[in-house]
Amino acid sequence: MRNLLLLSFVLIFSVSFGFSQNDTTKTYKKIPSVEIKDIEGNVFNTSQIINDGAPIIVDFWATWCKPCIKELMVLDENYIDWKEETGVRIFIVSVDDSRSTNNVAPFVNGKAWEFDVLLDANSDFKRAMGVVDVPHTFIIDGQGNIVHEHTAYAEGDEEKYYEILLELTENK
Amino acid sequence: MRKFLFFIAFCFCLSTNIFSQEGATIRGNFQTTLQTYNKDTLIGADNAPEKLLLNSYANFLYNYKNINAGVRYEGYFNTLQGYDSKNDGFGFPYRFIQYNTDNFDITVGNFYEQFGNGIVFRSYEDKYIGYDNAIDGLRVKFNPISCLHFNAIIGRQRYAFSKNENGYSNVLNKGLIRGFDSEVSLNDLFKSFADSKTSILFGFSLVSKYQKEQAQYVTLNDTTYLLDIPENVSAFSGRFNIVRQPFAISAEYAYKINDPSAENGYIYKPGNATILNLTYSIKGFGMIVALKRTDNFGFRSDRTATLSDLNINYLPDITRNHIYAFPAFYPYATQNNGEVGVASEINFNIKKGSFIGGKYGTNLRLNYSRMHNIYKQQISSDISIGQKGTNGYISDVFKFNDDVFYQDISLEIDRKISKKFKFVVVYQNLIFDYAKLRGEPEMKTVYANIAIADFTYKISNKHSIRIELEGLFSEQDMGNWAMAACEYNVSPNWFFSLSDQYNYKNPRPEYETHYYNFAFGYKINSTRLQLSYGRQREGVVCIGGVCRSMPATNGFMFTLTSSF
Repeated sequence: MRNLLLLSFVLIFSVSFGFSQNDTTKTYKKIPSVEIKDIEGNVFNTSQIINDGAPIIVDFWATWCKPCIKELMVLDENYIDWKEETGVRIFIVSVDDSRSTNNVAPFVNGKAWEFDVLLDANSDFKRAMGVVDVPHTFIIDGQGNIVHEHTAYAEGDEEKYYEILLELTENK
Repeated sequence: MRKFLFFIAFCFCLSTNIFSQEGATIRGNFQTTLQTYNKDTLIGADNAPEKLLLNSYANFLYNYKNINAGVRYEGYFNTLQGYDSKNDGFGFPYRFIQYNTDNFDITVGNFYEQFGNGIVFRSYEDKYIGYDNAIDGLRVKFNPISCLHFNAIIGRQRYAFSKNENGYSNVLNKGLIRGFDSEVSLNDLFKSFADSKTSILFGFSLVSKYQKEQAQYVTLNDTTYLLDIPENVSAFSGRFNIVRQPFAISAEYAYKINDPSAENGYIYKPGNATILNLTYSIKGFGMIVALKRTDNFGFRSDRTATLSDLNINYLPDITRNHIYAFPAFYPYATQNNGEVGVASEINFNIKKGSFIGGKYGTNLRLNYSRMHNIYKQQISSDISIGQKGTNGYISDVFKFNDDVFYQDISLEIDRKISKKFKFVVVYQNLIFDYAKLRGEPEMKTVYANIAIADFTYKISNKHSIRIELEGLFSEQDMGNWAMAACEYNVSPNWFFSLSDQYNYKNPRPEYETHYYNFAFGYKINSTRLQLSYGRQREGVVCIGGVCRSMPATNGFMFTLTSSF
């Protein structure tokens, strides 16, 4: 029991210390370096998720996830306009495991989506990003800072993404 | 337990000291599910002596430059019904430190890993089905050049929680696992291939388990024999992936030496598994054909383990993973002891602006899958198929048994009509061999037709309503089902939903009843909470070859998930 108390104390102290540091210096999290695969099955390091100083959206999804597909359909409809206005680049990270990994490329092509597609078949990147459920969307500024994250999807959530992308472009 | 706590305390002290340095981050998540249980004899729901049960998890991940460290707390007070009660307990079953550079990565502690398609080795977690077979040990990854990847692992598997003299801890299983994987990209290896339009990858894996022999006896012709059980069992696999747009072909073949186990009835036949995928895709059209054959390929770190315990490998189910409620009533589960089948899917986008495609285009998804038992023949007339202590049976790769385990034909149409209105309609025809797939010999094979309509109407920028109607029509099992659900969303924070599933024309009419459910939820950024009340039908959730039986329940459920 004493050990448990000691542990709790250390946890609370270290986390609160960490957050208090955050408050004063406003440090953002960045994308960790994890080896996953690109759409052709080649090893892809997530540190290569870059966009020449323009914003990035990273969206975790799966071919079996209804709200994910709804969200991606909406992002696809807006992608051309958003790209023109903000320069955004969208990476979609499939967490389909080997049951359906091979179906990701034909699925994405079948929908005629234009996103950059990555495969995270054993959820290594998902775990490293602290994602619990899909869809989970991250917005990253031109310096690689994660400025917003959002879980689940309902019609209209994309408006919030658009507002943030515009803010990032204006503040550039 | 004490060692665990000191380890964690050490990690966090470390983080406290260096967190202020630029670039250090802590991230993680928290999730908890609490459920109350009311007795409901009509649907077969039982109450819980504790009145309420709770599963919870919290992950903390620390990163500073090339160092990652992490820990997960898990608490089951007590385990929710339908999850393995061996989990009752709490503690830190997952903790690791990792150091990585561009071409070198070393992890000590717990880790998850997959070689190829996972058919010889996959360690993973899925909290939804309550599955976690993390390895506790050592992993070294080495890329001498960018196109060449080596990966070596050694350790023991996690096996739920259990009590020991020091309190609660995760029990590490008896079997030791050693593995090696390599993968090479020919395009990067040979200069002459560098600009080729064809991308070629090859991979090879070797996995071996060690478990001390346990006495197993077999009686033949009134004589009892002691079986000679191998303590070391190896499996290996080779794979390739060739892409030349718009075509791609990938395959993996795996072989395992004799591995008598409780799962295969202690037969000595070596096992094998094959997966082949062919795809063709261009903008607006994608097609996949997958073939799979499994013959005696269960591979576990404990030869006495069954169900979803202690799998070393993962044999992916190739049938479609349905998400709507009724198509998910009868999910297929990989048959480790033998199955052969095909699955194909076509995704097609009818262009926007065309007569059929409409103003916004229309998406079609057509799926066909069929799984059979493999062909098995007696070794000799005096040895029955699968007889303990023998080679079990002879199987011809090019023949298959007439038993259809499962067949699924489905068509899904997804269309946006206007800026405000869109719909999805689905039709599915299903054959499900209940007796063999669920191990209940008295049950008849289910033949079912399923129809679904899912409408979404966007009332304004932030308000939307979704109506889902489903029907399942079958003369077997529980008969027919109808469902109506309504969901109201206020973006980005609120949602409310009401649903009812009604069972009718049940061969046992006394069980015909309503399964109502009410839920509301609130989400902000990466935090989501949901409260629901209602009845949940008894069922099975399968992900790959791993299934969880969900008991019927009646009560409140509260879930909270948050990432930070």
